Amino acid sequence: MMLEITDLKVSYGAIQALRGIDLTLNEGEIVALIGGNGAGKSTTLQTISGLLKPVSGSIRFLGDEIIGVAPQEIVARGIIHVPEGRRIFSSLTVEENLEMGAYLQRDKIAKQRTLEEAYVRFPRLKERRKQAGGTLSGGEQQMLAIARAIMAQPKLLLLDEPSMGLSPVLVEQIFDIIESINDQGTSILLVEQNAQMALSIANRGYVLETGGIVLSGEAESLLHDPMVIEAYLGG
Amino acid sequence: MTALSSVSFKTPQLVARIIRSVIGIIVVVWAAMRIYNVLFVNQAYGLDTWVRFGITGLIIGGMYALIAIGYTLVYGILGMINFAHGEVMMIGTFGGYFVLEALAAIPAPTLANPDLNFLNAQPLLSILLAFLAGTLAASLMGYLLEKIAYRPLRNAPRLAPLISAIGASIFLQNAVQLLFSPQLRDYTNPDALARGTGWSIEIAGSQVLVTYTGVLSFVLSILLMVGLYVLVQKTRIGRAMRAVAQDKKTAALMGVDVDAVISQTFIISGALAGAAGVMWGIHNGLVYYFLGFIPGIKAFTAAVLGGIGNIPGAMLGGLVLGLVESIGPAALGIDFQLKDVIAFLILVLVLIFRPSGLLGAASVEEKL
Ligand SMILES: Nc1ncnc2c1ncn2[C@@H]1O[C@H](COP(=O)(O)OP(=O)(O)O)[C@@H](O)[C@H]1O
Ligand SMILES: [Mg+2]
Repeated sequence: MMLEITDLKVSYGAIQALRGIDLTLNEGEIVALIGGNGAGKSTTLQTISGLLKPVSGSIRFLGDEIIGVAPQEIVARGIIHVPEGRRIFSSLTVEENLEMGAYLQRDKIAKQRTLEEAYVRFPRLKERRKQAGGTLSGGEQQMLAIARAIMAQPKLLLLDEPSMGLSPVLVEQIFDIIESINDQGTSILLVEQNAQMALSIANRGYVLETGGIVLSGEAESLLHDPMVIEAYLGG
Repeated sequence: MTALSSVSFKTPQLVARIIRSVIGIIVVVWAAMRIYNVLFVNQAYGLDTWVRFGITGLIIGGMYALIAIGYTLVYGILGMINFAHGEVMMIGTFGGYFVLEALAAIPAPTLANPDLNFLNAQPLLSILLAFLAGTLAASLMGYLLEKIAYRPLRNAPRLAPLISAIGASIFLQNAVQLLFSPQLRDYTNPDALARGTGWSIEIAGSQVLVTYTGVLSFVLSILLMVGLYVLVQKTRIGRAMRAVAQDKKTAALMGVDVDAVISQTFIISGALAGAAGVMWGIHNGLVYYFLGFIPGIKAFTAAVLGGIGNIPGAMLGGLVLGLVESIGPAALGIDFQLKDVIAFLILVLVLIFRPSGLLGAASVEEKL
């Protein structure tokens, strides 16, 4: 098993954001974590990537406990987190943003090769490589955020609401890219409010509500679950 | 109700703006009259004198610039003013001082000169060692300062690290005073770089002295600034520093060890301040526990003048401040003792009229 979260509890001071969640992800899977605003989705990802320290629980990555491991060490082990709102370094150029993605790659030649690959996948970014990241449009910034994550050649990619604020056409594009990244062997934990899109590309899904998992299962069956339809698919 | 609240909201702003404009106009008109008077009515100084002031200004301004970069780097990365930075510079001055003293105590006799010491036998090597020592001492100081006085307060309210900085500043002054006595000491230069010696150039029929220590300081300042610029813009460390300055969490998600980058920032800031400290020693000649205070505040002024958080701004601000305070008293026809007042007046004016400085400040909001 690639990722195994057990009874994870996270608090912000007195506010309990996660009240003991369990979640697993197998190698090669896309797992969708869906839920409304404030459900605790971002908190989950930030705890996996080491930005937040949980109150209790366990997170195992490839068999090793990673709670208490520093964020940069978690990156080194192969978990890359694309945060909510893209978080492009706006004053760095597009290319510098990409180089930040490969920060731990010391081999210059290998880094150059991943950069070329990223430009093949995202030709738009190549055109704009000397431009400040902050000058890109929302869609381009999301592309850059994903390309920057790929630069690290992750084993597990954590995506926090990649569709946020994008037009339907762009959302389609982004989800195609996510699928193609997965096809090339990267496992993905996909956090979304857009449950329809997320479940349509995921293998399995979890539904998070106010800090607890209320439902989980095959993505296909979740798409037809009356409760999911009612709450998240506008049915 | 809305009309009322919008009026009561706007009135103080309007009053403030009027007061600002009035102060601004008074200051500008007054300065213009004084300068006009000095330049065209009194004609108190010849061109040679202005050149002398200008040279002094550039030399001191280069040192201000190096120190100012430290304020700006730390502000850029932590959003705080390192008020102990002047003391970091002072530690650098002491570092260089002790090395020069030690080298002067090593005999290096020759047949022609049996009294020769190492300092005068190898003046360039000695100066180099002094700069190395000053730079290392100040970098170490900067590193420790962050680790001990600021890191534990990383997530505390913003006032806490500022108070800690002022405390650290007072502590360092007193520690140095206790360790090395409060006495003023002469900085021991090699004879070849004795203070007050240099090249004489003729300007408008008068001799203008360009000191060796001044040229050395200025050239080194410029080289260090270019070096810093390359470091920040072109290297992996520099890129990480810029990323951390902008967004610590996201930098961490790239695999950046944020604490290490913050330490590096203090080490680099300390190194530049240390180099400036040794320049201060060899050029101005005195070393004592309180010497970092005035250049520290001046360099802070320079950093604010250029736009706090903005590296080219700190460089420009340092040079401009050096020039203004050396030319200013003469140009305004006021007492030369008032040059420090000019610097602080500039600080106040910048804060009132253009808080973002000449080249624009980094916005802290974006970072927090
Ligand atoms: N920095 C914070 N400080 C305090 N409470 C927070 C913080 N971040 C999130 N929360 C709270 O934790 C809960 C979960 O938030 P979050 O994980 O961001 O939800 P989601 O990503 O699902 O919208 C919410 O109630 C939110 O208000
Ligand atoms: Mg969220």
